[in-house]
Amino acid sequence: MTLEEKQNEIIDEFAVFDDWMDKYEYIIELGKELPMIDPSKKTDDRLIEGCQSRVWLATDVKDGKMQFTADSDAIITKGIIGLLIRVLNNEDPKTIATADLHFIGDIGLQEHLSPTRANGLASMVQKMKLSALKAVTV
Amino acid sequence: MNVQETMAAFDVEQIRSQFPALNQTVYGRQLVYFDNGATSQKPQIVIDAIDHYYSKDNSNIHRGVHYLSQLATQQYEDARGRIQKYINAPLSEEVLFTTGTTGGINLVAFSFGETLNEGDEIIISAMEHHSNIVPWQLLCERKKCVLKVIPINQKGELLLDAFDELLSPRTKMVAITHISNALGTINPIEEIIEKAHAVGAKVLIDGAQSVQHTTVDVQALNCDFYVFSGHKVFGPTGVGILYGKKELLDAMPPYQGGGDMIAKVTFEKTTYNELPHKFEAGTPNISGGIGLGKAIEFLEQLDMKAVQQYETELLNYAQAELLKIAGLQLIGTAAHKTSVVSFIVDGLHPFDVGTLLDKQGIAVRTGHHCTQPVMDFFKIPGTIRASFAFYNTKEEIDLFIKALKRSIEMLR
Repeated sequence: MTLEEKQNEIIDEFAVFDDWMDKYEYIIELGKELPMIDPSKKTDDRLIEGCQSRVWLATDVKDGKMQFTADSDAIITKGIIGLLIRVLNNEDPKTIATADLHFIGDIGLQEHLSPTRANGLASMVQKMKLSALKAVTV
Repeated sequence: MNVQETMAAFDVEQIRSQFPALNQTVYGRQLVYFDNGATSQKPQIVIDAIDHYYSKDNSNIHRGVHYLSQLATQQYEDARGRIQKYINAPLSEEVLFTTGTTGGINLVAFSFGETLNEGDEIIISAMEHHSNIVPWQLLCERKKCVLKVIPINQKGELLLDAFDELLSPRTKMVAITHISNALGTINPIEEIIEKAHAVGAKVLIDGAQSVQHTTVDVQALNCDFYVFSGHKVFGPTGVGILYGKKELLDAMPPYQGGGDMIAKVTFEKTTYNELPHKFEAGTPNISGGIGLGKAIEFLEQLDMKAVQQYETELLNYAQAELLKIAGLQLIGTAAHKTSVVSFIVDGLHPFDVGTLLDKQGIAVRTGHHCTQPVMDFFKIPGTIRASFAFYNTKEEIDLFIKALKRSIEMLR
């Protein structure tokens, strides 16, 4: 599945919710279910300090594809991280570096990625892209 | 008097009708605005005054010979006079327009701070907003002064015995919040001011959370400086007030240089304008000042005793309802509290709770409320804070409690 197809799949999943609370119910479930970062990787150098919630991000390159694991102390943040990882994992560094992650806006979660939101997610996406860019240039 | 009776005497619906922003839906639900500690909504007379200023009277003040300039100057200075009377300042030149509480504290920390020497001591408290911590830290770095902190107890009350021990002839400034933004604690500032004066220290009161809840009489308090923000007292953003005793302000050097604050400028020597202009460099926030004057006019029409009683009833009702929720803990349980409820819920992150409340139309604040030392003291990352104004209602608290219960169910 291409990155674009993965985004469209998520948009379709969210299309069934016409109520905000149902949407968040789903995000919370994703946050509870998704396998997250290895505890040994929850180190300070992987910590992205937001004003509201904290995010840990570990990046890896395996067979030329980017691998991300992440965690947060807030479950909604965690759920959104799960969506981002689902879209970006196993993609070429170059694809990630140039990816337009429009699905977040399409499913109505743009506020969480706004740089002023200060929940660490905007910085996390930036870090994901930077690490991909680094992998391209190596 | 129970809540219903006070409401009748107080006519909350009549008050609400003057705040257009309260009457709207968000995410398809009626807005419940409980973030008054961060900023308040504006009554129509404030909005109209700003609209009128920019539609008709817009002009630079103090210097113009023309009609509009004189009109704008008159309104701006009338606003100063109104605010002077409202806080009972003896002289209008003791009432300085600033950019807000933060601007006022920085002005005093810099300018009054210039008169301090190495080893002089400044006392603040453990419940201060960052705005009443960092300017003093900057001063301490600049002048090699010593910052001392009055500790708090588990209820979020100042330990006054510890304050007594911190006071000494070296104490030059005690800068303390009137009402804590994170905990709601009302501090015994009269006692603090008296004790500080007894050792010859000056006192700055951070009134950012006070003027909207209580009457402030700077002469009765006998404080040396009192600061507050326009936007938290139903006025516009970007404007605030610093009250300072004339003899202190006269002795202090200017904070910023520029237009309006000078008497005569030559390259050899510049002389400064008199108070209040000495501390008001540059074109001020004219519409902000006028708007703040209108907000004070609005407050004048209210019976602040009734306001306080009504807000206390809202607080008591909200706290009683919150405490029925399993695993909920109030942060800030001082005996004297204003209408601020900070709380945490076992195992839940405040950000998650706040996000779900938002989607149900409830506006609260989550996080550390710019008081990280308070959060460190309670060993928590932050709280969920509902802060009520006199335009809030018991029905809104019911909606909030219902939404909170649903949020907790979803997150557990």
